[in-house]
Amino acid sequence: MSLPGGARASRDSILSKIRASLGATPNDPARLAAAEKRLMAKPRAAAPQRVAASGTDLVARFTEELQRQLATVVATAGAGDIPAVIAGYLRANNQPLRLRHGNDPYISSLDFAGIPDFETLKGRAAPDDSTGLSAAFAGIAETGTMALTSGADNPVTLGFLPDTHIIVVPRSRIVATYEDAFALLRQERGPTPMPRTLNLISGPSRTADIGGRIVIGAHGPRRLLAIVTGDL
Amino acid sequence: MQPTAHDFKSNARAALGDKQLQDALSGLPGGLVAQRAAARARLPEFDGLRDYGRDLRNHTLEHLDVYLERYETAVKGAGGHVHWAANGDEACAAILRICQDAGARLVTKGKSMVSEEIGLNARLEGAGLEVVETDLGEYILQIRHETPSHIIAPAIHLTQGQVEADFRREHAHLPAGRRLVDPAELVDEARQILREKFIEADVGITGANFLIAETGSSIIVTNEGNGDLTQSLARVHIVITSIDKVVPTLDDASALLRLLARSATGQEITSYTTFSTGPRRDGDPDGPEAYHVVLLDNGRTELLGSEFREVLRCIRCGACMNHCPVYNAVGGHAYGWVYPGPIGAVLNPGFIGIKEAGNLPNASTFCGRCEAVCPMRIPLPKLMRHWREREFAGGDTPFTTRMALKSWAALARRPWAYHLLARLTSRAMRVASGRSGAFRWLPFATGWTGGRDFPAPQGRTFQELWAARQKQAASKRSAR
Ligand code: SF4
Repeated sequence: MSLPGGARASRDSILSKIRASLGATPNDPARLAAAEKRLMAKPRAAAPQRVAASGTDLVARFTEELQRQLATVVATAGAGDIPAVIAGYLRANNQPLRLRHGNDPYISSLDFAGIPDFETLKGRAAPDDSTGLSAAFAGIAETGTMALTSGADNPVTLGFLPDTHIIVVPRSRIVATYEDAFALLRQERGPTPMPRTLNLISGPSRTADIGGRIVIGAHGPRRLLAIVTGDL
Repeated sequence: MQPTAHDFKSNARAALGDKQLQDALSGLPGGLVAQRAAARARLPEFDGLRDYGRDLRNHTLEHLDVYLERYETAVKGAGGHVHWAANGDEACAAILRICQDAGARLVTKGKSMVSEEIGLNARLEGAGLEVVETDLGEYILQIRHETPSHIIAPAIHLTQGQVEADFRREHAHLPAGRRLVDPAELVDEARQILREKFIEADVGITGANFLIAETGSSIIVTNEGNGDLTQSLARVHIVITSIDKVVPTLDDASALLRLLARSATGQEITSYTTFSTGPRRDGDPDGPEAYHVVLLDNGRTELLGSEFREVLRCIRCGACMNHCPVYNAVGGHAYGWVYPGPIGAVLNPGFIGIKEAGNLPNASTFCGRCEAVCPMRIPLPKLMRHWREREFAGGDTPFTTRMALKSWAALARRPWAYHLLARLTSRAMRVASGRSGAFRWLPFATGWTGGRDFPAPQGRTFQELWAARQKQAASKRSAR
C-alpha cells in the first residue's frame, strides 16, 4: 500500500515537531550514535535475586511461580511419559480424549497409540477444538512464564481457541529471566528473531471485570497444563 | 468523546450521591492497592527497577524521533505498515480506510485507551461497520453506551447486579429463566456471544502497551486472551497506539514489564504478554494477513517540549488512581474525559486544553500518594501545580479564586497586617461562635459547613501563643 500524500506529511511534521520540542536537529550524529549504542549493547536491568542468586533451582522456581498463577505443572522424564499424563489430565477434567497440535517435531513424535480412543488432529485450531497442544520455545523461571513462537510448528490459535491448553516445556530450556529468553531467540533465530507472534503465557485466561472477582476462563483457555520434559 | 471535565464539581457531587457507584467503588481500588503492596514485597528489586524504568524512559524520550524511525523501519522490514496521525481525526480516517480497503463489515476490538481518545468506535460505526468490544469490561460498557471509568479496570464502577440486568436486556434471545448469579455464569455468557464475533471478524483492532524499535514489535499485556483472539483470527490486524509507547529493545521492554502488572493488578505478570511483528509469515497456518500500526501524536509532541515532558513516561498502569483519595471517592467518570485520576489530571489538560479541564489539576489534595506509587516516578502533584500556574497565568482561574488569591498574597507580603487581621478574626470568631465553639454555617465556606460544623479558633493565634511561651521561658531563666 502506498502512503498517501497527507500521511507522509503527518509523518514528517510529527518527527520535526519532536525534534523542535527536544531542541534537536535531523541526523545529529551524536543522537543517532547514542540510540544506536543502546540498540547494539542492549543493556539489562539487574536480574531479580529470586533467579539470579547462586544455586537457584530454576526448574523449581519456574514450577512454583506458574502454580501460583493457577496452572497445573507436571514434571516428566521424557516423551514416553507425556501421552499418559495428558490423557490423565483430560480425564480428570472431564474433557474429550482429543487434541490438536502443529508440526512441532517433538510433539509429533509423541505416541498416543497406547491410549484407547485417543484422537489427535493437526493444524490450526478450529472453533470446536477442546484441547490444543504446543511446545514452548523456552520457559522463564522468574515468573513461571512460557515463551511460544507462532508458525506451522505451533499455530498461535491452539493457545486461545480451545478450552484446554497444554504446553510442553523442555527442562533444558528453562532460563532465569525474560532477557535470557530473548537472548536465546536472537541466538537461534538470527537477525530478525521475532516470529509473527511471540506469546508469553503465565497462566490460564482470567478476568476480574465483573464486580472485581477473579473468574478463570474469560475468552481463552479455562485450564492450562505445563509439562516439563526431561529429554529435551 | 465529548468532555465534561468543566463540570467536575457537579459530576463529583452526583457521584458521591450515587449509591450504586459507591457500592461498586467500595473496596475495589483498595483491593488493588493491597495486591500491589504484596507484589512489591515479593520483589525486593522493585523500587530500584522504578529508577531504571524512569531513566530508560527519559533516554527514549530524548531520542524519540530516532527510535520512532528505527521502529518504523523494523515494522516495514517485517512486512507491516506504519501510519502517522497528527490527531484523532487522521487516525480514525487511516483506520477506516484500512477497513474499507479490506472490504470489512465486522471489526473486533481489544482494549485501547487511545481508541477512546480518538473516538474510534463512533467513527467506524458512522461508516456502517459493526464494531464489537471484546475485553469483557469494555463489552459491558459498549452495551451500556458508557465509557471506561478506569484505565485497566474499565467497568470498575459497576456492580455485578447491574451487569446481570444488562445481559438480560441485551441477550434477549437467551432463555429468560437462566441462572446468572455467579460472576462465572456472566463471564460464560459473554464468552459464548463473543466467540462468534471473533470467528466472523474481518479486522481485529488492538492497542499496544509498548512498541519495540529493535524488532518493530507491538506488545499487548492482557489476562483474558481477547486481544489474542482479536488479532489472530481476523484477516487484518490494526494496532492503534501513540508515539510515546516506543522503547529501544526487548530488554528494555522486559524491565517495564516487571513493573507494569505488579503496579496495575499486583500480579507478577499477566496471563498473556503478546509480541506481534508484521503479518503471518510464509507457511504460517494462522495469524493476520496484514498488519498496520497507526501512530498517534494528538498533543504529545507539545507535551514533550513543555514542563510536562515527564508525564510521557507513563505506562498506564492505573496505580495512581487506585491510590488516589479523590478517585476512590468519585470514581472515574467524574473526571469528564478519557483519562481519570491523577494521570488524567495531568494528561487531559494537555489533550483538551486547560480551559476545559482546569478543574482536574485542582481536584487534588496533593497528598502525594500517586507520585509515591508511580512506577515511572512521575511527579504528578508537581505537574498538576504547573497546570494550576498555567491556568492562573492564562486568566482561566475563576474570578472569585483569583480575587481570593490576590488578597491573600497582598496580606502575606505584609506580616504586620497579616498578624493583625489573624488576631482580630480569631477573636471575633471565638466570640461569635458562642458557647458551642463551632459554626453551623459560615459565609464563603458553605462547601464545608454544608456537611459539618466549622470549629472556631480558640481565641489567640499561634504567633501570640509562641511569643507568650518565649516570654515565660525567659522570665523563668532570669528568676533562676
Ligand atoms: S502516572 Fe504512573 S501510576 Fe499513573 S498510570 Fe501512569 S505510570 Fe501508572
